[in-house]
Formats: sequence, C-alpha cells, structure tokens
Amino acid sequence: MASQLLLIEQSFNSRYSVDVREALDEFSESFTITDPSISGHPIVFASRGFLKMSGYSKDEVIGQNGRAFQGPRTNRRSVMEIREAIREERPIQVNLLNYRKDGTPFWMLFHMSPVFCKKDGRVTHFVGVQVPISRKPRRSVSGIERSSVDLSEDGSRLRGDILFGSCRREVCSDTLVELGRVLAIESVLDSDSRGLDIEESCEASDVDKRRAATAINNILSVLTLHSELTGRLVCEKRCSLPEQSLLSSSLNISLGRIKQSFVLTDPHLADMPIVYASDAFLRLTGYARHEVLGFNCRFLSGVDTDSLTLNRIKESIRNEQACTVRILNYRKDKSSFWNFLHISPVRNASGKIAYFVGVQMEEGCKNQDGHGLSPEKRQLSAVGAVRVAVRSLSMGADPSKS
Amino acid sequence: MLRIKRVPTVVSNYQKEETEDVARRGGGCGRNCLNKCCIQGAQLPLYAFKKLNKIVSDKGLAGHESGEPPVAFLDSLLLGEWEDRMQRGLFRYDVTACETKVIPGNHGFIAQLNEGRHLKKRPTEFRVDKVLQPFDGNKFNFTKVGQEEVLFQFEASDDGEVHFFPNAPVDVENSPSVVAINVSPIEYGHVLLVPRILECLPQKIDHDSFLLALHMAAEAGNPYFRLGFNSLGAFATINHLHFQAYYLAVPFPIEKAPAKKIATLDGGVKISKLLNYPVRGLVFEGGYTVEDLSNTVSDACICLQANNIPYNVLIADCGRRVFLLPQCYAEKQALGEVSAELLDTQVNPAVWEISGHMVLKRKKDYEEASEENAWRLLAEVSLSEARFEEVCALIFEAIEGVDNGKGYAAESSLEEPDVNPESLEEADAIKNSSRCNMVTGTQECIVMH
Repeated sequence: MASQLLLIEQSFNSRYSVDVREALDEFSESFTITDPSISGHPIVFASRGFLKMSGYSKDEVIGQNGRAFQGPRTNRRSVMEIREAIREERPIQVNLLNYRKDGTPFWMLFHMSPVFCKKDGRVTHFVGVQVPISRKPRRSVSGIERSSVDLSEDGSRLRGDILFGSCRREVCSDTLVELGRVLAIESVLDSDSRGLDIEESCEASDVDKRRAATAINNILSVLTLHSELTGRLVCEKRCSLPEQSLLSSSLNISLGRIKQSFVLTDPHLADMPIVYASDAFLRLTGYARHEVLGFNCRFLSGVDTDSLTLNRIKESIRNEQACTVRILNYRKDKSSFWNFLHISPVRNASGKIAYFVGVQMEEGCKNQDGHGLSPEKRQLSAVGAVRVAVRSLSMGADPSKS
Repeated sequence: MLRIKRVPTVVSNYQKEETEDVARRGGGCGRNCLNKCCIQGAQLPLYAFKKLNKIVSDKGLAGHESGEPPVAFLDSLLLGEWEDRMQRGLFRYDVTACETKVIPGNHGFIAQLNEGRHLKKRPTEFRVDKVLQPFDGNKFNFTKVGQEEVLFQFEASDDGEVHFFPNAPVDVENSPSVVAINVSPIEYGHVLLVPRILECLPQKIDHDSFLLALHMAAEAGNPYFRLGFNSLGAFATINHLHFQAYYLAVPFPIEKAPAKKIATLDGGVKISKLLNYPVRGLVFEGGYTVEDLSNTVSDACICLQANNIPYNVLIADCGRRVFLLPQCYAEKQALGEVSAELLDTQVNPAVWEISGHMVLKRKKDYEEASEENAWRLLAEVSLSEARFEEVCALIFEAIEGVDNGKGYAAESSLEEPDVNPESLEEADAIKNSSRCNMVTGTQECIVMH
C-alpha cells in the first residue's frame, strides 16, 4: 500500500511542477484526476470541491477507483458507457448517480476527458468533472409524460428519500442523441399512483453541460501549463500516434488488476524488450519500472544462471510454445533466487502472437497455506488473465489499433 | 413435428463419436466419467460461495472490512483451471488463434471467425417445436464427460463464508453442481455450469438452478464474464440442464441497447423492454435481494417453457441485469421461411449471437461482416411486435400470478402510440398462420383465424 501511495505521488509530481496542486485547488469545481497506468486506475488528485461534495477526506479518496462512489442505484448502462470511454481513450459526458460518505445519493453530470502525453501519445491521466445537476421544475402536460429511456435508475425505493440537487421524471433524450440513437418514444404513464415508484432519471441542462466543459478546459489548461515547466508536456488531443512499444491505457488498466509477478515482452521489437512489468515483478526483483521497461529480460540472469536453461527458453520462444523452467535469477541488489518461470505466447485479436508473457514465482516463497489454489494454477491464471486482456483490448473497430 | 438439421456443437471430447472405442484405463467404464461406474472415490476442487442477501454492488469505500476470499473465483480459479486444460491440449482448437473484431457501426457487433468449431461432424436432426422434452440417458449428457474436463464443483457454503477445497470428494448423494470446459470454446474461459449434474435434469430453467447461475455471475464479479442459456428450440443442442459462460472484455451490443421501463414489481425488480435492438426482449434488473431478481426471471422462463415458447437468456453485469429473449428462428427455419442466404452462413442464433457476438464459420462472412448483415440475421430471430406483446402479456400474467396479484406497481404495459396494432397483427397473422400450433391456449390462435 505504501508503494502504491508513492506511485500516486509520483504520477503527479513527475509530470507537473510543484505548484500544480495549489493551482488546481483554486477551482471550486468538483473533480478528480486518475492515473490509468497505476494498478487499480486510482484517483491521484481530488479537488476540494470533490471532497466537500462527497463528504470524504482526501486520504480516504486518494488511491480509490472512481467506482467506489457508485452505489446500488447507479445506472448500470451509464457505468458501462464510462468503462467504454476509458477503454477507447475518449471523452464522455453522462448523467450519473453517485453516493456520499453518509450513503445519500446525488445526481451529477460526469464529464471525463483523457490527458495525453505530447511526446508519445500515451494517456497519462483522466480528468473527471462532476457537476451537480440542478433541479428544475418539470414541464408536465397533464397526465402525459415522456417515459424515461433507461438512463434512469432501477425501480427500487430511494434510500432515505434524500436526493440532493436531484430531479425526478426528467427526459434523457439528449443523452440518447449523443449515443447516435434517435428515438422518439412517448407514452402515457400512469402517474405514480402509489407514490412508491419514483422515476429517478435526470437530465443535465445545457448550462450544466457548459459548466462541465468549461471546467474541463480550465483544468486541462492548468495541467498543460504546469507540464511545460517539467518538460513532460501533456495535451488535450492526442498529438502523436503512440509508439509501437506502448500499451494502451486500457490494456494497462486490465493488466494492472493481475496480482502476480509477470512481464510482457514484445517479440516484434529488436531484442524483445519488456513492454509491461507488474507491480509484483518490481517488488520481487527490486527494480523500478523505468529500469526494466524497454530492456530484455536477461538482466535477471547472472554468473550462476544455467545457460542450458536459457537455451531452453530461447528454443520455446522460437517454437512459439509455452515452457516452464526453474532458473536462478538475480535481484537489483545482486541477491539471487530460484525462479519457477512460466513463459507462453499471447495472441492478439487477429490471432497472431503479440507478446510473450513470463510469470515468475519465487521458489520457497509459500504464500498459500495449502487451502488455496496451487502455485502452478495461480501462475496459469495470470497467463489466462493476460490472454483475455490482450485479446479483448486489441479488437477495436479501428483497424489501426489491432 | 418440426425439425431442423444442424451440425451439433461438440462440447466434450467424449461426445465426438459415441460409438468410438476409448482405451480402457483404470476401473469403471474406462473414461473416468461422472457416472456411477467411475465417480466412487473421485475428487474435484470445490468452491463454496457465500450466499448474498443483497444485490451485489461494487465494493464501496466501506466495503473493505470483509477479508479476501481464499481464491479469486474468476481470476484465479476459473482462469487457472482453464489455462491448465488448454496446456493439456483438451480443447479442439486454440480459440485465441481465432481472428475476432468489433464490426464498425453504432452498435459494436462482434465477429469471430471460427472455422474449426463445426468441422468433422455431420448435421443432425433436432426437434425444434418442443421446448420441454424429457431427459434421455441414451443421448450424450454431461455425466458422460471425463473428469479432466470438469474444473470444479460449485455450491453455496453452509456458513456464509467463501471456502475452497483443492481436493474435495464428490458427494454423490448431494448431487453436486459442476463447472466443466466446453471443448469447442467461442472465447477464452468458455465453460458450462451444470446444476446438480447427477440428477440428470432436462434443459429447462427452475428456480434453484437459475439462482445458482446468478450466483456464479456475481461470484465472478466481472461484467465481462457473462452466463447464457438456450432453451430447446432456441439452439440448445444438449438436453441436459446447463448454462454457458465465457470471458470477453468487450461490451455486447445488447448491453448497450436502450430500454424502456414497463414495470416495477413489489420485490423491487424492474422490467424494461429493449429498444432499438433487432431482437425484441425484456430486461430484468434490481430487486431487493438476489432471490427477488432470480425468482422473477425464473417465473418468466417457466411461463415461456409452459407455453412452448423457445427463448434465450443472458446474465450480464455480474448478475445485475438479465436479458430474456423469446425467439422463433429455428421454427422459421423448419418451416422454410428463412432465406437461403442466411442459412448458408450456418450461423445458429443462440444466446451469444443474439447478444451481438457473432461466431462465423466462413472467411467470406467474416470479411464481409457488417452491422447491416448482423442486424438482418437477428431481425429474423425476433418475434413480431404483435407476438412479442402477447408473450409479454403471458409473462406478466405469470409473474403477477405468483405475486398473488398485488404484484406490479402499475405502469401498465404500454404500446408505442405510433404503431398501428391492427395492421401489424394482420400482417403477422398472415405470415405466421402456421405457427399457432406452437402455443396452446393463448390469444395467438384467436388472432390468427
């Protein structure tokens, strides 16, 4: 956990000059900044406005995933849309029901936008602004209402019946138009005769939408300005195509969920460098991420590493086959350990080998008491999770991505 | 009697040719199967899940006090065991070597080219006009699979905690539910959940089994690990109760389709109608407890079964949303009403295809895959608007009935005002007049004649 907090600190400090937090704190708006390259896609910055609105302290929020603020009545389709926007690295505006620390829900317009690294085109952060949706009086034609088109909530009763800044029985057609779906559904609704079933769909006004967009722009300007000072520029639009060796932020997020020690290497690049290293790998070997990315795995070998074993690894890579070996590896501090290493080719959506995954397991390091899954199965499960992530995240409709 | 010919999917290596001689090893029938002959003394991993009262929600900030389960159900157990079977070569092909893509368009249909799935198997006749058929022990069923194809046993825990036993004896008296591989996977992690396998239940939904399936989705805890069910007549090929599941980290078009709420039941279950989707269907979500949602969907399925209406079910979003889709494709096919062009693709529109994941057998179809083509196929699967309304009425009658009539906070089931129901019914009546033998005792026949 301590290392996670360190990564979170670095996520911000390494890219922006020191007074960036101060500048961001000038804004009264509620917003968070998340880092998709850190395991769990955590919040690395939360504005004062966000803390006030959510009722949480800064320490409770930093390191959390945005999901933590959703609750039982948060619309599942909206959550899915956000997930998809993150996956496709694009902005999104969506109405969302979040929950405060005291358990009360509130409606807000969530506007999220990626922040790109100017140099390599990678997503460095996502900025998410939360504009509370102001309650408006309804225009109701007696008895006739538009039905909500399921951007609404599920139909159960409200917790505590408190809806801060919320509105009821509103139309969500704009969101649908945004989705490219033109629907004109009108129907006569039995107007809530029992008073139990509250239609909790909620529509942000144009004013709310403009507020959100303006806030995003202001925040992005501050981030851009403060990145100039460190020389690691960020920008709102992707300025360069990501380098081939870079993994998409969504693949990074998926791989970040896998707990075991593993690396991905890219056989299509010269000398087959590491393109992803898990946190557990860094803990096991003692290296920092930047010390291993872009390098061939041979830095793990040392004087007493058996060359026959190394040849077996090379052989199975050449034959595009999986293999398991027991190999003597070395940490950064030169201490050695026996590594049960499993290597397997991983295919992308076109069915071609995109990477090799290497899952490490330190011999004698028993983290199970015999009641759990065997270490071998755990190792294989990491391979499976990597396969699903690589395959699923390389099948976008955009052919340049596959 | 309506029949169609299709190539059955080979889900087990013991299904290939049932007459084939298998080398004898050990005792029993030599296949180390799950039948009486081999099951004595057998051990399989056992995962006991915690029965949840509340509907699952993502772990909030307060949700950290509950300790980590001994084994992560999906990420460790299921994937670990599945990868193990892959490395042991139990699958008929490497599904990760099958090309797949998201088809450009608004809906994001997914296409996969899978040339190996239907090789080496002759078309077989399937009866498609009976949703309920008795279990036939002479045909292939899951008690005949080899134990190596079974990944683990899956059951509710006794004490409200998650338990995992790497080697648990198979308790024949208690008829365990098992998760087995599908040796013809359509995606990574493709498995079959076979509830109470030794009871040899036919392919029909009951309350307990559906609840078990919902629990499995919740236990996986990943919105991209979904479960599906095909009834007989809706492209199930094995008449032994099973759900399918696999892992594909892409949203399905059906999950993205908008829906219009039409009712909220007393138990908090919300029912909506799918909109702007080629197949008409209902979406069930919410409910104060998992049982509320499970019972409502089960009642709806049981109603369809009783009325001989073939259907498919998709359990999505960790068990929080369930899609129910009555269909009539196989019936149309049997009646010769499906165009040769569609039949040539040999796509069997079962639950995954209906959800928007199209498994294509010919390279040509894969390369030419378009949103329009997918839509055209699925539109053939759907009931007509008029027929769908009738079926919905049956379902609501059934749900209300079990709710003692005080059931649903009336929002009334509404028709779109711009549709002229009469003309539609008429058109459908002419087109479908031969179909009334599918349903007994409903308005269908009254409309038709």
